[in-house]
Amino acid sequence: MKRALLVFLVLAIFPLAMQAIDAMFYVSLASRILIYAIAATSLNLVLGYGGLVSFGHAAFFGAGAFVVGILAVEGVPSAWIAWPAAVAVAALAALVIGAMSLRTRGVYFIMITLAFAQMIYYIFVSLKTYGGDDGLSMPGRSTVGLGVNLRNDLVWYYVVLALLAAVLYGMHRLVHSRFGRVIDAIRENEARAEAIGFPVYRYKLLCFVISGAVAGLAGALIANQGSYVSPSLLHWIQSGTLMIMVILGGVGTLWGGLIGATVLLALEHLIADYRIGWIASLAPNYQDHAGLAVGIVLLTIVMLAPQGLAGLFARPKEK
Amino acid sequence: MSPILFLEQALNGVQFGLMLFLLAAGLTLVFGIMDMINLAHGSLYMIGAYFMASFVQMTGSFWLGLPLALGATALVGAVLEVTLLRKLYGRGHLTQVLATFALILIANEAVRIAWGSQPIMLNPPPSLTGPVTLPGGLHYASYRLLIIGVGTLVAVALYFGVTKTRVGMLVRAGASNREMAVAMGVNIRRLFTIVFALGAALCALAGAMLGPILAVQVGMGENILILAFVVIVIGGIGSIRGAFVGALLVGIVDTSGRAFLPIVFSAFLPPQLASGAGPAIASVLIYVLMAGVLYFRPQGLFPARG
Repeated sequence: MKRALLVFLVLAIFPLAMQAIDAMFYVSLASRILIYAIAATSLNLVLGYGGLVSFGHAAFFGAGAFVVGILAVEGVPSAWIAWPAAVAVAALAALVIGAMSLRTRGVYFIMITLAFAQMIYYIFVSLKTYGGDDGLSMPGRSTVGLGVNLRNDLVWYYVVLALLAAVLYGMHRLVHSRFGRVIDAIRENEARAEAIGFPVYRYKLLCFVISGAVAGLAGALIANQGSYVSPSLLHWIQSGTLMIMVILGGVGTLWGGLIGATVLLALEHLIADYRIGWIASLAPNYQDHAGLAVGIVLLTIVMLAPQGLAGLFARPKEK
Repeated sequence: MSPILFLEQALNGVQFGLMLFLLAAGLTLVFGIMDMINLAHGSLYMIGAYFMASFVQMTGSFWLGLPLALGATALVGAVLEVTLLRKLYGRGHLTQVLATFALILIANEAVRIAWGSQPIMLNPPPSLTGPVTLPGGLHYASYRLLIIGVGTLVAVALYFGVTKTRVGMLVRAGASNREMAVAMGVNIRRLFTIVFALGAALCALAGAMLGPILAVQVGMGENILILAFVVIVIGGIGSIRGAFVGALLVGIVDTSGRAFLPIVFSAFLPPQLASGAGPAIASVLIYVLMAGVLYFRPQGLFPARG
């Protein structure tokens, strides 16, 4: 609890500090990171707690983004309508895809979720009315009224931060609720949970739908971040990136999504923006090859921290 | 729709399918025997294509470059297996995904550093640049016929290698029950290295053969990787026969979908809608195929584990 307050205190002070040193670019980068943290956290719910390796989470993320984008283009910029709609559509998509995919397990579940996500990707690529390949530009960020202007990057950051806090709190409550315990039990031993009498399939499906809905919320935010929706949000590379964030941060940990998103995205930008003297003296244009450094860091982390980065800080669990 | 067009697309589909098979064969063995998800498999395909481009330039001959590229890629695969991947076998699928994803990033940048970001042109051997006339009056690119020939040859060789040789027997034993194979005294570590190097060489062959048709560029491995995964899931993980059938199915469905669906759609849809929907539905087809196969045969068409 103390730790959570500390983290959010730092996150709340961060933009003020950036404003003080006139580096508002980093506030924009930070809101982007926090949005990805929401998406990664949603994936962590099914992947980490549910043990269901969804390789198609970009479908819900992208669907949420497209709902907001399409509504904005069609003249419905209100966040009060567009965002719940994004969440609802993503949840519905998760219900349909989950209902079919959850009949398989293991690697086959991974592949079938991937298949559905790719289908949705190609459908949106072919929707020429809404940008197709080129993506969809929105007239601006959603409007909320009440004198709040989301176009202000500082305001936007705090809205995203508040939503991330809500998602993390909700997830904390969820995994410690009765529902969370049952999900735990199903992951540990599905046959036993079934034998005790839990409707396993329905629990897994509900878990999947909740996760999809949260991913849809993250999608609604990412559409607003740059007022632009690209079909690449739905591409399998996006699903893979979210998965990498979760694994990197810590599978089945509350903070895993936030840590993973922060490390991965910050790493990419730091390498591109900051020149480290001693590396530059060895390889003058190393910054053009940020991927190499990211890859090496990821590989090192895999080898040294098998439980993800969150595992390094965790108190040893009693088993 | 003329029969000639039909035949041409069928040949294209078989050609694409056979190349997919080369990738899928290695992937399915690594997955089936070592229980290892190797996302970097597509990177080996890319590296093979780049090696091919360099060796062809160096030696000035397609036929000298090919074995050199295969050997070099097999070496890269073996080194990778011994130094790194070996440590990942016991570590769970998610760790493997993260580690091999990191390898993709590293491979892409390494290739960019060594060869630059511009796509490289790779030419087919000069004797095979023109079309040949097949019975029935079809003019078909002779190089594509070569691909079909090589792919078929490798498939047959692989089939006999896996079903009739001692190493093949060990591979099958490893795929159907690894613990039992170890208990029976199979040197599984050496077998893994051999299988991995072989898989890498097959990747390189696919990369080298497809190089002249597709562009040799950074990132070429990622998209075909997903197709290869689709293939092995359809075929059943660990099964060479499954990979073969799956690859041909995917190759033919994908190619003919792209060729014929727009034509079919334009027959009963307004042209604007048809031009958009045709290619999209064609891209979706293989995933529909996979979902369909998994629905009726959750273990794939030819499950390796009995």
